[in-house]
Amino acid sequence: MTQEEIFKKVTDVIVAKLEVKAEDVKPESEFGNDLGADSLDRVELVMALEDEFEVEILDSDAEKFQKVADVVAFLEANKK
Amino acid sequence: MGKLTGKKAIVTGASRGIGLAIATKLASEGADVAILSTSVKEELAAKLSAELGVQVKSYACNVADSETVQNVFKQIIADMGTVDILVNNAGITRDGLLMRMKDEDFDAVIATNLRSVFLCTRAVARTMMGKRTGRIINISSINALHGQAGQANYAAAKAGIIGMTRSNAMEFSSRGITVNAIAPGFIGTDMTAAMDDATKEKYAAQIPLGRIGKPEDVANAVAFLASDDACYITGQILGVDGGLNA
Repeated sequence: MTQEEIFKKVTDVIVAKLEVKAEDVKPESEFGNDLGADSLDRVELVMALEDEFEVEILDSDAEKFQKVADVVAFLEANKK
Repeated sequence: MGKLTGKKAIVTGASRGIGLAIATKLASEGADVAILSTSVKEELAAKLSAELGVQVKSYACNVADSETVQNVFKQIIADMGTVDILVNNAGITRDGLLMRMKDEDFDAVIATNLRSVFLCTRAVARTMMGKRTGRIINISSINALHGQAGQANYAAAKAGIIGMTRSNAMEFSSRGITVNAIAPGFIGTDMTAAMDDATKEKYAAQIPLGRIGKPEDVANAVAFLASDDACYITGQILGVDGGLNA
């Protein structure tokens, strides 16, 4: 999967979980400030990403996710 | 039309006593119910289904075991399509005076009565969060509020349920999931039948409403907390005890 494909798939998950518009999801979008995610949203999002990408995301990794690009970089580095 | 028509409920420890009364009441209000117990009770499930006109299905589940709970709940949610109501009722007693209480008697009661609430709640949380609604009702005990000689393990587990109920109520509140506990008083079941007569008589004499409670008294309160009527109630501990805690 290319970085672009990962971004697209991550965007789909974010749109479904956070009820935001796809055009508002950009690599530099911050989960808290820009996408309105609270702590429960973040947990739900991480669990959905784990299912979608079939990876395990440790809490210690998830804590570092500030922007959408952080997630994409993590998934790129940990892809199967 | 029952007040729970179309709802999907899971009740642990549902093969007898208070749990059976709860499962029966939820089903009579129109909910499909998954009844959990240590072994599969096909006949009981078939009887309830036939009598009440809803889907009642029996599952064997050791609610103290993490992997078992995950697998069984996954199966239940797949079978029912979703879950709206969880009643954490499973409980055991291993009474004994503290000085003589064995480690395994303490640990078994904490595992079945308290750890199970954590495991089962976690197993439904994701589904309920996704739906933005849900009802979790934990069965505590009056002995979580009052001391009872010989029940250090049971009282600790049941008091632990109260703390967990309040914390989970806060944690899930933004998702429309309510979490409440019921603290039954002295209810006539197999569990209380095991108590010695002197203790039973002492208890019964102290009950302001003048009688030992019935499992149905608890079940009625559960049905209320599970219904839409109780949508503004969360983090509460409701005594169903004939006034013992008044």
